[in-house]
Amino acid sequence: MTTKIKIEDLNVYFRETHAVKNVSLDIPQNRVTAIIGPSGCGKSTILRSINRMHDMIPTARVTGRIILDSTDIYDRTSSPVLIRRRVGMVFQKPNPFPAMTIYDNVIAGYKLSGRLNRADADEIVESSLKRVALWDEVKDRLRRNAMDLSGGQQQRLCIARTIAVKPDVILMDEPASALDPLSTLKIEELIEELKDKYTIVIVTHNMQQAARVSDNTAFFYLGELVEAGGTRKIFTNPEKKQTEDYITGRFG
Amino acid sequence: MSHEEHIQDSGFAGSFNGDRIFKGITLGFAFSVILVLLLMVAGMAHESLPALRQFGWKFVSGSDWDAVQGNFGALPFIWGSIVSSLLALAVATPLSVGTALFITELAPRKLGGAIASLVELLAAIPSVIYGLWGVLVMAPWLQQTVEPFLMEHFGFLPFFRGAPYGVGMLAAVFIIMIMIIPIVTSITKEVLLAVPLSQKEAAIALGATKWEMIRMAVLPYGRSGILGAVILGLGRAIGETMAVTMVIGNTPQISLSLLAPAYTMPSVIANEFAEASSKLHSAALMEIGLILLVITLIINIAARLLIWGVTRQQSSGGRK
Repeated sequence: MTTKIKIEDLNVYFRETHAVKNVSLDIPQNRVTAIIGPSGCGKSTILRSINRMHDMIPTARVTGRIILDSTDIYDRTSSPVLIRRRVGMVFQKPNPFPAMTIYDNVIAGYKLSGRLNRADADEIVESSLKRVALWDEVKDRLRRNAMDLSGGQQQRLCIARTIAVKPDVILMDEPASALDPLSTLKIEELIEELKDKYTIVIVTHNMQQAARVSDNTAFFYLGELVEAGGTRKIFTNPEKKQTEDYITGRFG
Repeated sequence: MSHEEHIQDSGFAGSFNGDRIFKGITLGFAFSVILVLLLMVAGMAHESLPALRQFGWKFVSGSDWDAVQGNFGALPFIWGSIVSSLLALAVATPLSVGTALFITELAPRKLGGAIASLVELLAAIPSVIYGLWGVLVMAPWLQQTVEPFLMEHFGFLPFFRGAPYGVGMLAAVFIIMIMIIPIVTSITKEVLLAVPLSQKEAAIALGATKWEMIRMAVLPYGRSGILGAVILGLGRAIGETMAVTMVIGNTPQISLSLLAPAYTMPSVIANEFAEASSKLHSAALMEIGLILLVITLIINIAARLLIWGVTRQQSSGGRK
């Protein structure tokens, strides 16, 4: 099992708040790694460190290293723009571009990497939408506005938009928490299918979801990594008392 | 008897009556605003009847304006107003949108805030001061520097022919531009601030640079709001009276040249109402006022509709 992302001594500060404390974690390639923990434990903050989303916030400060394959993404020579093309992200609430059609949404990110001809674009739109099992539902209305889709379809559209850029890693920040149970199930099935090609890191506050979709789980509490390991082990035989209390629902 | 005592005295019925009275009074206020507008339109229409009867549609197509002969055609004023406003808007729009983008997306927060307050301060300067500056500082500069330059290098175009007067269409365009930049900038700024973070994050996470994020997520999301801002700017431009009167040269003619003096609807009203001795003359001015009122109303309604469109989009499509 190859390590895709190696997080070493990661610290994240927002002004004076120390949100993530000395976190080191290995994320294996072509596996689903779940990040769990109670609200405010820093799980989204860690996820957003992996594609340098904190760069958008002037008050945020990140120290430590995150090594993707063999490059430190926080090295001064690393370009956040290029990193984000390799590390895609899916957000909590579906956020398609409301002024664009379904087709244009899918191709929006890919277009950034350079000029492309019509045939290539058609091909990428079709394969991306097929990958997220949305093609059959939307193939007759690709020129319609993306906001006409249901919430679950919008979220799958956002995943299609992410994979159209051809990343290696997909970060998912509670991707199903704003969706109904049926759409949630579809997203979970999709995660299962995507992991043969992508390394997936998913933040979730739904423990059953973490148990269902992930191979590895990392449990965080108050900005610190409490325990990480195989999902089965974490959920059946955790080493730390804190982890056990959390997964059995005694706090959090 | 105070309102609270009233409630205590008669329980629920009392408070209900109080609310009813209050609602009735405020409803009266609200309707009085509409009534004033209607009365104004009716009054102006009535006052302009002599001109309407005498000239009919020729009033808006005729270009002869002669108070002595009693010949009134408003086309030069309509032309002057529309051309000066549209040209000013064409220059002010990119400047304003660029400024607003700098304030909201690019500048460090403190610098952005400082620029935003300065821009809003510009809107508070009385228009007569802009006019005075225009006539004493800007017009001589146009006459001695800008216009000779334009004539020398672009004189082959019909827009830059004639003599450099300083005052004229070009000066009016400059002044209007300076005056509408604050309003267009501050409304555009509000529109851009309303773009949800999730939209910008979506673009950034796809590997967009700042400029690509603006093009992909910010501008499309805000486009109808920005259009609304531009149209409100147009409303302001077309109604601007004092500063324009001071720099446009006040000559009722239709010329393609930007160097030539021109005249606008508000300017002719301001200049001539006091000396309009004949009934027909004042009726003609009144009819110009009516045309101006209708144009501004249409512009404002269009802006309202666009802004309403953008807020609706934000409440249905923007739940992210």
